[in-house]
Amino acid sequence: MLQLDAKIPSGPVDKKWQKHKFEMKLVNPANKRKYSVIVVGTGLAGASAAASLGELGYRVKCFCFQDSPRRAHSIAAQGGINAAKNYQNDGDSIWRLFYDTVKGGDYRAREANVYRLAELSVNIIDQCAAQGVPFAREYSGHISNRSFGGTQVSRTFYARGQTGQQLLLGAYSALSRQIDDKTVEMYPNTELLDVVLVDGHCKGIVVRHLISGKLESFSADAVVLATGGYANVFYLSTNAKGCNVTATYRAYKKGAGFGNPCFTQIHPTSIPVSGDHQSKLTLMSEGLRNDGRIWVPRQKGDKRHPSQISEAERLYYLEERYPSFGNLVPRDVASRAAKERCDAGFGVGPGGYGVYLDFADAIKRLGRDVIDERYGNLFEMYERITGENPFDEPMRIYPAPHYTMGGLWVDYNLMSTIPGLFVIGEANFSDHGANRLGASALMQGLADGYFVLPYTIGDYLARVKPGAVKTDHAEFRGVENEVGARTNKLLAIKGKRTVDSFHRELGRVMWDKCGMGRNAAGLKEALQKIPTIREEFWQNVSVVGSGEDRNQCLEKAGRLADFLEFAELMCRDALMREESCGGHFREEHQTPEGEALRNDKDFSFTAVWEHKGPGREPELNREPLTFENVHLTQRSYK
Amino acid sequence: MKIKLHIWRQKNSSDKGGFVRYEMNDVSPDMSFLEMIDVLNEQLEAKGEEPVGFEHDCREGICGACSMVINGRAHGPQALTTACQLHMRKFKDGEDIWVEPWRARAFPVVKDLIVDRGAFDRIIQAGGYISVRSGSAPEANSILVPKPAADSAMDAASCIGCGACVAACPNGSAMLFTAAKVSHLALLPQGQPERMLRVQKMIEAMDREMFGPCTNYGECQEACPKGISISFISMLNRDYLKSSLVQIKKGAEKVQAQ
Repeated sequence: MLQLDAKIPSGPVDKKWQKHKFEMKLVNPANKRKYSVIVVGTGLAGASAAASLGELGYRVKCFCFQDSPRRAHSIAAQGGINAAKNYQNDGDSIWRLFYDTVKGGDYRAREANVYRLAELSVNIIDQCAAQGVPFAREYSGHISNRSFGGTQVSRTFYARGQTGQQLLLGAYSALSRQIDDKTVEMYPNTELLDVVLVDGHCKGIVVRHLISGKLESFSADAVVLATGGYANVFYLSTNAKGCNVTATYRAYKKGAGFGNPCFTQIHPTSIPVSGDHQSKLTLMSEGLRNDGRIWVPRQKGDKRHPSQISEAERLYYLEERYPSFGNLVPRDVASRAAKERCDAGFGVGPGGYGVYLDFADAIKRLGRDVIDERYGNLFEMYERITGENPFDEPMRIYPAPHYTMGGLWVDYNLMSTIPGLFVIGEANFSDHGANRLGASALMQGLADGYFVLPYTIGDYLARVKPGAVKTDHAEFRGVENEVGARTNKLLAIKGKRTVDSFHRELGRVMWDKCGMGRNAAGLKEALQKIPTIREEFWQNVSVVGSGEDRNQCLEKAGRLADFLEFAELMCRDALMREESCGGHFREEHQTPEGEALRNDKDFSFTAVWEHKGPGREPELNREPLTFENVHLTQRSYK
Repeated sequence: MKIKLHIWRQKNSSDKGGFVRYEMNDVSPDMSFLEMIDVLNEQLEAKGEEPVGFEHDCREGICGACSMVINGRAHGPQALTTACQLHMRKFKDGEDIWVEPWRARAFPVVKDLIVDRGAFDRIIQAGGYISVRSGSAPEANSILVPKPAADSAMDAASCIGCGACVAACPNGSAMLFTAAKVSHLALLPQGQPERMLRVQKMIEAMDREMFGPCTNYGECQEACPKGISISFISMLNRDYLKSSLVQIKKGAEKVQAQ
C-alpha cells in the first residue's frame, strides 16, 4: 500500500499556495551551493526548472537525449499558452481559468493544484515577455490574445503558430545563461536508463552516453524528472519519435506510484495515415475548425472525388448532431465522431480513415485572402505533406494520440511517492484530470519549472544532509549492472524482426483496444495480446550494432521494451475505470446521446498504481478527489 | 518508385567514411524522405546490418534535428523545407540521390549522417539571452513592443538551429544563425541593456568554434528552411561595429547569478 498524502495545505483554495510558500522550509543562500539536483529532460518544464534552480545557486546537472536541449518536444507545440491576465476585459479571472480547467478535465483533477496553476499563469507571461519571447502584438504594442479550444474568453497568448518553440527557446536561453555561469552542467546526447534509490530516497540516476555508449552514474540530493508523456505507446502519434516512457516507467518499477495511466488525449485534427511507411502523425492546428466544415459522404464507401459529391450527398455530421457547437465541439467529442463514421465505412482517402475538413464555404464567405492570412502556413504544410492544395479540395483529417494526462503521481510539492524524486510537466499526472484543455500544457510545464518546483524542492532539501551519497555507493553499482545486463540481453537476441515492426504491432493493439473508445472485452483482449508481443520481442527482435557507440537501433529497442510493459498498465487502468470521463471513453458508459457518462460516486478518485515486482499484478491505490469549490455537472454540447 | 541511393556511411568520428549504394524498389511518393530511410533501415536491420544513423525527432520541421545534404543541397531540393518534410514525390522515378552529412569544420561527423552541432549551443551560452531571473519580471504589458518590431523579432526567432546555413556556406560560416539570435533580441526593448555586450560575446564565441567568415555568398538564406533573411546579418554587422566603439566597462562582462 502506498502512502498517498497529497500534502494539500489547509485553508481556502485561493490562499493555499501563499500560505504554503510561507510554511515551507528554506535553504540558506550560503548553503544552496552545497546541494546538487539532477534534472532530466529539457522541455518547457525541465529547462525552466534547471535554469531557475541554477539561478537560486543550487548545483544542477541537466540531461537530455537530444543533441541539444533546444530540441525537446515542447518545441512542436503550435497553438498557444493560457493565462488569466484578462487583458481583453472579457471577464476572465484566475477563478475562471481554475474553474474551466477542472471542468475541462471532467472533474478528475485536484482543485488545489489547478488553482495554483491558474494563479501562476499570469507570472509565466511576465517572465516569458521579459526573456524576449516575441508574443503576437497589437499595433498599440500590447500583447494580443485569441480564444482557443471552445473557451468563452480570449486568454490564449501566442507567437504565430510556433508558441511552443518560442517559449522553449526562452527557457533554453535562461538555461544557457546558467550553463555559462557554471551553475548548470549540461549533458546532451545522454539518456536516463534508471533511477537509483538509497535508503528509500532517490539519490541519482544511471545514464547511457549515446555517442560513446558508456554507462555512467550521477548522484545528487534530489532528482527531477521532466521527461514528457507516453503517447508513443500508440506507435503513431503526434509526439516526436524519441518521446518515451522509460524514465517514468523505470521510476514506477522502483516504487513511484503511476497516476491514471489510461488518461490519454486524442487530437481531432491530424493529417491521416498515408501508408504502412507512416512514421508519425502531423497535427494541424485545431483553429482550423473555426472556419472549416467537417463532412463525409452520406453513401457508404463513396470513392468519388469530393468535388463530384453534391451538397445533398454530404453529411455534416457534427453540425447535425451538435447544432449549437457544430464543428467546434471539444476535442474528444470531435475525435470520437470521426472514428465512428470511419468505422462505419464512411471514411475518405486512402485506407478510409479520414474525414473532410472543407474550407469552400469560408473561402466564398470571407474571400481567399482572409483564409490565406489565417491559415496560409497550415495549408502550405498540408500541401507539403499530402501534395493536395486545401484551396482547391477539402483537407482530410483524422484523430491522433497527442498528449497524456496520466503520469507519475505527485503530491502538492510535485514529489512522487519516492522521497527526493520530483516529477514536473507532462511526466506527472496532475492538473489536467481526464482531459487537457488546449493551450494548457505549456502553461503547466512552465508553472512547474519556473514557479513551483524551485520553492517546493527547497522544502525537501532543507531536511536532508547535502552530498550524503556518492556514486561509489553499492546501489549505483547494482543498478549499473542491471542496466548493462539489459542492454547486453537486447544485443544478444539477434532475432529476425525489426524493433519498429514490434512497435507497430503494439501500437495497433493499443489504438484499437485502448484508444478513443474502449470496452471491457477489447481491453481484456489487449491484456492477453500484449504479453505475447512482449515475449516474442525478447526472443526475436533484431538489435544490430554494438553497445559501444551511437546505436539508434538499441536506443529504440530499450524504449520499446518499457512501452511493452507499460501498455499493460494502461489497459489495466482503463479496464478498472468503469466510467467514461474526458479522454477515457468506455463504450459501456455513455448517455443515450453517446456522451461520456461519469460515475462520480464510485470513481471520483485518482488511480495510483503500485509495482509489486515482476510477474505480480500491480496494486491499485486511490487518492480520493474532493470538490469544495467546483460544482460537478455533466458536459453537454448539444 | 525506384531510386538509387548513395549514402555517406562513416562508423565514427575517426573513420574515413565513404558513399554506399542502396537500391530501393518500392518507394511511395507519399513517403517523407526520412520515412524512405526508415524503410531502408528496416531492410538493413532485418539482414543484421547496421542502419544508417541520422538525426531526427519531431518530423514536423520545427525541432531542427534532421540535417542532411541531399543531392548537394542542405535539406534537399524543396525550398523552405526540412528533410523531414520533404516528400518523395519531389524526386523522379529512377533518380540517383546522394545523401551526405552537414560538411563544416565546426560540425564534426559523429556517425553516418549525424554531426556534432554543440558549437551552436555554445554560441547561445556566450550571450544569446536576456538576463532575467525567474520571478523578477515586470508586468508583461508594461513593456510595449511596436508590432513591426515584434513581427521582425519573430521572423528572426523562428530559426530552428538546424545548421543548414553553415552546411550551405562555402566558408562554413555561422553568421546567419548568430545574426538571427542577435537580431531577435536586439529588435526588442527588453534586449537593449545587454545589446552591445551580447553581440561581442556571441561573435567571439562563433570565432572560437572555427566557423568561417561571411563573404556574402547568400547561400545560407537559400538553404534556410525557415526563410531567415540575410538582412539580419547586416543588422548583426552594424551592431558589432557599434559595439566596438562603445567602451564596455570592466566587470560588466557578466551579469552574475547571485
